[in-house]
Amino acid sequence: MSKGLPVKKESWEIVIAPRSKVFALDLGSVWRYRDLIFMFFKRDFVTTYKQTILGPLWYIIQPIATALTYYVIFGKIANLSSDGLPPLLFYMSGIILWTYFSFCLTSNSEVFSKNSSLFSKVYFPRLVVPISVIMSGMVALGIQFFLLAALTLTSWLNDNSLVFHLQGILFIPLIVLHIALLGLGVGLIVSAMTVRFRDLVFAVGFFTQLWMYGTPVVYPYSQIPVKYQWFFHFNPMTAPIETLRSVLFGTQGVPASVWMANLGITLFLLFLGTLVFTRAESSAMDTV
Amino acid sequence: MAKDVVIQAEKVSKEYRLGVINHGTLYRDLQSWWAKVKGRPDPNAEISDLAQDASHTQRVFGDHFKALEDISFEVAQGDVIGLIGKNGAGKSTLLKVISRITAPTSGQIRLRGRVASLLEVGTGFHPELTGKENVFLNGAILGMAQKEIRNKFDQIVEFAEIGEFVNTPVKRYSSGMYVRLAFSVAAHLEPEILLVDEVLAVGDANFQKKCMGRMKEVSQEGRTILFVSHNMTAINSICKEAIHIHDGRLVDQGETSAVIQRYLDSGQVGTNGVYSKNPEELKGKAVIFRVAVLDHTGKESGTLELNQGFSVEVCYELREALSGLSVGLQVLGEDGYTAIYSLPDPELEPSRLETRKAGRYRGVVKFPPCALNTGAFYIRAGISSSAAIYSVVEGLRIEVHDSVGIIQMVGQSRKNSISALQLPWQVETI
Repeated sequence: MSKGLPVKKESWEIVIAPRSKVFALDLGSVWRYRDLIFMFFKRDFVTTYKQTILGPLWYIIQPIATALTYYVIFGKIANLSSDGLPPLLFYMSGIILWTYFSFCLTSNSEVFSKNSSLFSKVYFPRLVVPISVIMSGMVALGIQFFLLAALTLTSWLNDNSLVFHLQGILFIPLIVLHIALLGLGVGLIVSAMTVRFRDLVFAVGFFTQLWMYGTPVVYPYSQIPVKYQWFFHFNPMTAPIETLRSVLFGTQGVPASVWMANLGITLFLLFLGTLVFTRAESSAMDTV
Repeated sequence: MAKDVVIQAEKVSKEYRLGVINHGTLYRDLQSWWAKVKGRPDPNAEISDLAQDASHTQRVFGDHFKALEDISFEVAQGDVIGLIGKNGAGKSTLLKVISRITAPTSGQIRLRGRVASLLEVGTGFHPELTGKENVFLNGAILGMAQKEIRNKFDQIVEFAEIGEFVNTPVKRYSSGMYVRLAFSVAAHLEPEILLVDEVLAVGDANFQKKCMGRMKEVSQEGRTILFVSHNMTAINSICKEAIHIHDGRLVDQGETSAVIQRYLDSGQVGTNGVYSKNPEELKGKAVIFRVAVLDHTGKESGTLELNQGFSVEVCYELREALSGLSVGLQVLGEDGYTAIYSLPDPELEPSRLETRKAGRYRGVVKFPPCALNTGAFYIRAGISSSAAIYSVVEGLRIEVHDSVGIIQMVGQSRKNSISALQLPWQVETI
């Protein structure tokens, strides 16, 4: 202890203070912990894929079973249009993107509760965990894109008139990035709220389900009556799903106005999410 | 010799909200709000009755609990500082604030250099991953770069003495191996500032010795260390200086042995085996005013013999008739956390619904000989109900000695066990 020692200069590297700054996002420290992002990603990957054979298989079975169900219910019984695409291909392309989004959303909304034992014992920029979560989800999504490719090939062998734009593949990373950022943003908002209200976690699943029916997953945008089309400007999942179908299979897609609005909302939610998350992280461990 | 100040705490306070404001779930918030609207008592109010005895009143303000209050100190580069104080005094909270796990309510802490905190060993270990994978994961969590871990990997494995098991999932490890590996990663951190919370109380005696040795080494390398422990011997041997925290305030600081002496003399951890207060001075609906450890002759004593029984007496006063009470007694291990015996007042246990009349009561629990092995233990007594904690007395230290050498007499050394009960074997041929 050195009372009264002259402090050379105010060159403190870390200053811990009560949260006062409105926006104290420190992306530099997230970058310094990039190894940790990778380690978490690796941990999730290894624990999911190394120990069970059913793990990766499940990512194949799930979308197939879901697509078949939608085919029967929405295609056959409800007779909804599939935008001129083979129905299974239509549903599958929507399902895999939606599954990834819902994974990002639900996993990130549980960040504080799932990691409380870790967060209460050691400090690192908390954003590291959500970022590794959206990366982990991409592995499953990657597997499912292969499934989509296989289904496309089968459909094309069945019916040579199927349109397929190979260069559309180039857009896939952008589409996935949009969804990842949206899932991150909304997930962060929910996770910050669950710090205060733990029971909110139960509402997330239900809310995600409802959101899906408000998104062109089981129906195409082109079937929406014009007077309701404004609604899709406010659903940022519309553009990614419709665009995937349009760049790959030449469907109509959505007008640019929907695109712009969706992108704007996504960026806004991402900003808001990071804001409330970083605000919540300093006090989260007092209540969780 | 003016060394650089690397930790500077300035009027750091930390408050926790108790009950009322927020119950963690939307449902309960609504429930409390509805009760308020209807003018009924809040069904979720809790702990506000907590320990209204003299020592705690200063810390509870309405629904706020002051875990830390106006703590200021400076640590120079290379200093090794011990933090002492009884359970709940705020030592761990202080470490959590310094390590940025939770933010202070007011005040500021300034740090210079890379900080690593060891509040637990093996944080983030995943049972399915191998030892090697966990070393990398845990190292990254503690803030080491991949390259750094790779360079030290062999040292880490060697220190942990796990040899060829390094490629086995840690779920197959014995608890000893697990702890050794976990500590080993931590021991090879090279931060400029290291915060350590009572993690040396792990592993077997040999490994503990090794850990203490490593701590000493680290401290000689010129690193700054803040070290929390209940183990005064460890503090004394590692730390040059110590800080005593009492009820969230910094009450003493200076040269280690002097601070420890004053701490022990202050009677908060007296080994005379008695906590005694004048009940008139205590506030609350139910208060414990006396906890005493009595040796086999019925004399108050904090020093006990292994081969003699002892008893613990708890005297309390109820100021009004209360129902659903539980008067409990716990014997805790030397770390102050691990409960060895937990003994609620059995009279009330079956239903916990009866009402106990106001008045003074004395409860006594008798322990048979050898119920506790040699070593130090802490006694904690409390009165609570499902809705509130009324009174808690803790940190009463007892020491069990084996002056007769009963363990040696049966031709054994002290085994690492909590209790030394000798139970007969029945052997027959089958």
